[in-house]
Amino acid sequence: MWQTIKVGFHKLGSPPIFYRVCQVLSPWLWAGFAVSLVIGLYYALYVVPPDYQQSDSFRILYIHVPSAWQAMAGYLVMSILAVIALVWRIRTTEIMAMSAAPIGAAFTLICLATGSIWGRPMWGTFWAWDARLTSMLILLFIYLGIMGLYAAFEDKRKGARVACILILVGLVNIPIIHFSVEWWTTLHQGRGISFVGESTMDASMKPPLIWMIVATKLLFTAALLDRSRNELIEQDRRKGWIRQKLGASV
Amino acid sequence: MFKSLLALLRRDLRLAIRHGGESLMPLLFLFAVLILVPLGVGPGPNLLSAIAPGMVWVAALLASLLALEGLFRPDLEDGTLEQWWTAPAPVGLLVTTRLFSHWLITGLPVILFAPLAAQMLYLPDHALPVLMLTLVIGTPILSLIGGLASALTLGTKRGSVLLSILIFPLVVPVLIFATGAVSAVADGLSPQAHLGLLTSLLILAVVLAPLATTAALKLNVE
Repeated sequence: MWQTIKVGFHKLGSPPIFYRVCQVLSPWLWAGFAVSLVIGLYYALYVVPPDYQQSDSFRILYIHVPSAWQAMAGYLVMSILAVIALVWRIRTTEIMAMSAAPIGAAFTLICLATGSIWGRPMWGTFWAWDARLTSMLILLFIYLGIMGLYAAFEDKRKGARVACILILVGLVNIPIIHFSVEWWTTLHQGRGISFVGESTMDASMKPPLIWMIVATKLLFTAALLDRSRNELIEQDRRKGWIRQKLGASV
Repeated sequence: MFKSLLALLRRDLRLAIRHGGESLMPLLFLFAVLILVPLGVGPGPNLLSAIAPGMVWVAALLASLLALEGLFRPDLEDGTLEQWWTAPAPVGLLVTTRLFSHWLITGLPVILFAPLAAQMLYLPDHALPVLMLTLVIGTPILSLIGGLASALTLGTKRGSVLLSILIFPLVVPVLIFATGAVSAVADGLSPQAHLGLLTSLLILAVVLAPLATTAALKLNVE
């Protein structure tokens, strides 16, 4: 049993097998995303009662919080891929780490944008130089730096490995974002949701949030597999196996 | 081992002295920025003394960027960099030595001329020692982060634009804590917390940055 898992895992390092696995998994992940998104949004917009203070405007939380979490979780996933890529020099993980960066950047941007829209009526301002907001903005620029560095190299493998080092350097920012609301008490509120112990959030507001978190995780994974597959096609477009996969017409 | 480190340091400093004018560019740039600030925002002493710590620090940061392009690239082009792997000293220490000479050339002059810069922007006198202290702790971090970024971009053609984009998010904490310390003193508060955090950043950078820089150099030399 263990042996089969191990061999199967090793096989993922081979581009044609990786390609096939991405191709098979991707539709299921997209379907799962669509289902959890519809359920999550239905609960978030129709079932959950309005907040006693913020009335309906708090509902943007169901986009803001999951995308913020995914922006950070995506960075962690990317860092794990970067370690694997640097230590074992597996090409498919290099490609996956590089494909994760734009997705993470998109989630960071969604988080900043929704936070800004939410901040206008609640805080009276679109932006504040608060610790959490600033560290999230830094995260966005780290993501952009990784993408820029990778794009600047002509040799894609070398570019990927150099960018992986930058990923690990940028990792120091993640705990700073996570603890910023505890270390510096400025404008952004503290953590309202916890899965172990008491949340400061009302229990009725929680189920749609969990659905939305599941949805963003699935969206990230599905997009990651699709992007990796595209990157693989682009890099190997002159190679035999990819021509075979896409049909000989290419 | 120490011999080869010393030889590298001596060579770098001698090159800097022989290049004379070129080595003074960061300092001149610093003062160009500091002269433009009062002309741009207006010469009112109240406003200037409020923004003085931030302006001195931003200027120091920009000045340290100037010399980064030449940090490893000439050595890569003439092949000296590859020789580092055959040197008797570990590459990590050679990297640290190179960054130390970069700091001597760009960081130290900024610290020495900080009192003059502080006067130009009406920084309160009692805040000056803390400003100097933050520069002493902070400018080595700028050199370390700058060295890392220039090693990362070594293999690319248009490195310099990328360089500033990579450095900017990494130096934000340095800027925040350094100017925080100076502003705290100027407002009559204790700068201890900010200085402690700044020092911990320095320790973190001294330990980790040369490792990452060496790894990046190795990938680009291969």
